[in-house]
Formats: sequence, structure tokens, C-alpha cells
Amino acid sequence: MTHETTLAGYRRADGDPEHLYPEYKSTRLRALDKPLAIQPHTLSEITGPAYGHGKVRELDHDLTRQHEGEPLGERIIVTGRVLDGDGRPVRNSLVEVWQANASGRYVHSGDRHPAPLDPNFTGAGRCLTDGDGRYKFVTVKPGAYPWGNHENAWRPAHIHFSLFGEAFATRLITQMYFPGDPLFEHDPIFQSVRDPKARHRLVSTFDLETTEPEWALGYTFDIILRGRESTPFERPHE
Amino acid sequence: MSMEPTPSQTIGPFFHYALFTEDLSELVAPGHPDAIRVEGKIFDGAGDIVPDAMVEIWQANAAGRYNHPEDDREDVPLDENFLGFGRAPTDENGSFSFLTVKPGAVPGPDGSLQGPHILVSVFARGVLKRLATRIYFPDEEEANEHDPVLASVGDPDLRSTLVARSEGGAFRFDIHLRGEKQTVFFDV
Repeated sequence: MTHETTLAGYRRADGDPEHLYPEYKSTRLRALDKPLAIQPHTLSEITGPAYGHGKVRELDHDLTRQHEGEPLGERIIVTGRVLDGDGRPVRNSLVEVWQANASGRYVHSGDRHPAPLDPNFTGAGRCLTDGDGRYKFVTVKPGAYPWGNHENAWRPAHIHFSLFGEAFATRLITQMYFPGDPLFEHDPIFQSVRDPKARHRLVSTFDLETTEPEWALGYTFDIILRGRESTPFERPHE
Repeated sequence: MSMEPTPSQTIGPFFHYALFTEDLSELVAPGHPDAIRVEGKIFDGAGDIVPDAMVEIWQANAAGRYNHPEDDREDVPLDENFLGFGRAPTDENGSFSFLTVKPGAVPGPDGSLQGPHILVSVFARGVLKRLATRIYFPDEEEANEHDPVLASVGDPDLRSTLVARSEGGAFRFDIHLRGEKQTVFFDV
């Protein structure tokens, strides 16, 4: 017996960077040069992993409490909501973050920047969003750091975010920046998002409400994942 | 209320210590009777290996059911222990490898059946947004022939970039990011 159920695909995102942005040198050999193949969303794309449930420990969201002592740097709280493109909360979904320490150095064997490592800071965290789609991390503000893209190239301070959402189609890896960073205009990764409004969505907001007196400054950063198509497609159902 | 999505940014080179705190390359235990190995290398537009990428896969179980609430076909068995998600880094040789089971066929649009396939995401330094592709199986010729997504890729040479090769007891799926041999990537 066959009956029809209707499932909606996901809207395409148009604020994303193009694959090739020559000012960001590494894209020159790694950006595709054939057009993307267009396909309708099937059951494969509108499903996706519910990964991370049961894996997150109580202190995984607090990057300042993963070692014996406290890390050096400016303690901050970063919080926000993960929403779908229709403004609905994405609940119980894994958020992974990683970042450089306050000196601009990553705990990674590939990072050759001669800035000190901090024995009390790894810079990796994760949490699940709550019933309102909210996440919260406690960390230190990452430092800017130099990189080899061009003469005197520096990355603005940023925190990497990895999000799943509810489907394969909504998977997103991005970077959160801090307001008013003078390095924005010199950073080809930030500038690879050509639309200024879209670029602005990568910048967190300083928020006095989130700040905890005598303890930590607060920043808010909402993350919007792709929304569903309003016109469902028909799915045959055995 | 329609909201514009947060744009994508590159994963960069320094993600391993955060995203690989556990081994996610084995979707089934090594002794699993139906285990298959899916492996490959990633190459850039100059033909050089890409040693700093992350590959993720998403697939249905052996019966063809996704472990996800949107797949509510109760007549297809769900295996609660099979999440269907894997993640692996490329190593210094540009290689990645997964141990999994071959997924069953899943429904496509308009009453069609899709050939067994694994969805793939590639992230890397120099890759500004997720690259999505599909792994199909070389021993599923007939199912592949009727697969609507494969059929939508008109050029047979391009289509062949989506089919793994059988090699040394494993399914081999190399990914070329750019150039003549570029793998087909989908606008997912």
C-alpha cells in the first residue's frame, strides 16, 4: 500500500561566501571549479544525525574550568539561541566550539605562532541547546593571531562554531567575531562573505545584561540555520 | 517570520583537538558481520593531497531507514544502536577511512527508489562552506541506474565520480576538490 506524506525541503542559503575567494589564498586550489549539481532534497537530506546526546558532560561548556588553574585572559560569557530560518528554536542540538587562547595561540601541533600556550586553557567546548534553543559558554576572549595568507596578515579574534540543526541540509560550521574589530576590513575570511548585512550576522553583540558583575563580560550571538521550504514535496510512503 | 541564515566560514586548520575527542570513524564495531570499509583520499586542484580536511558521513542503516524522526516508516526496521553518523580527519597522506555497513535503499521523489548511498560533507582550510557529495556503490549497478539523483547528473564521466571502486576488500572513494577530475558536489 502506498500513501503520501508531505515533507518540506530546506531553503538554500544565499548569504554564504562563494567557494572561490582568491584573496583567501587557500581557496585557489581547494575551491570547486565546476558548478554545483542541483538536486531536490530527499529523505537523505532532510534527516540528519542527532549526534552528541549523552556525550556532553556538565562542565564541557565552561572552557575556564577544564584544568587545575584558571586560564589567563579576559573572562567572557558567550550565549545565544540557535534558531531555524523561521525563528523557531533548534532544541537539544549539539554546539561545538573551539578557539585560540588569550594570546592568540591554538593548542594544535600545526600552530607555529610564537605566542605562549596556556597550561590552563585548551579552548574546546560543547553543549546542547535547551528548550529555547539557547546555548551558553564561559571562556576567555581569544587573541588575534598572524597567519601566512599575505604580508602582515592577522585574523580578527574569533570563536569557531559547529552546528548540526535537524537535518543534513542544516549542517553549519562558522566563526563568531567580536564587535568593532579593526581587523575586519583586512581579513579575507571575514570579507569572503560579500554582503555586508550577511557579514554582520557573524559579529556578536556586547551585552551588559549577559555580563556578570565583578566576574565576566557578556556577548550574545544568535545563530540562524536554514528554514524549511513552505511548499512541501510529496514523499511516497510504502 | 523568515530569518536569514548565519553565513558559513571555513573550519580552518586547527579543529582536531576540539572535534576529535573520540573516534567517530567506526559506525559499527570492528567484528560486525556486515561491516564494510569506506576509504579514500582528498586531492586539491594541483593533484596534491589534502591532509587537513574533516569528512563526515550520514547514512541509513542496512535496512534503509534513517535514525531520525522524519523517517517514520515503521515497516522498515530501526536499529537504535546505529546512529548513521561518522566523522574522520584526513591524515598526513590525505586519507580518511570509515567502518560502517552498506545502507539499504531509501525512497526518492515521485515514488522512485534511490540507490544505496552515503551522504558526505567535506570541511577544510580553504573551503569556505561545506562541500556535499554522495557515495554510491559499484555493485549496485541496477539500483544506480534508476537513482534519480545520479540521473540528474547528465554527464557519465561526472556521474562516475559519485561511485566508489572496489579495491582490496574496501570501497574506495577519492574526492577531488577542483580541476579536471573534480568530484560532483551538490547544492544541498
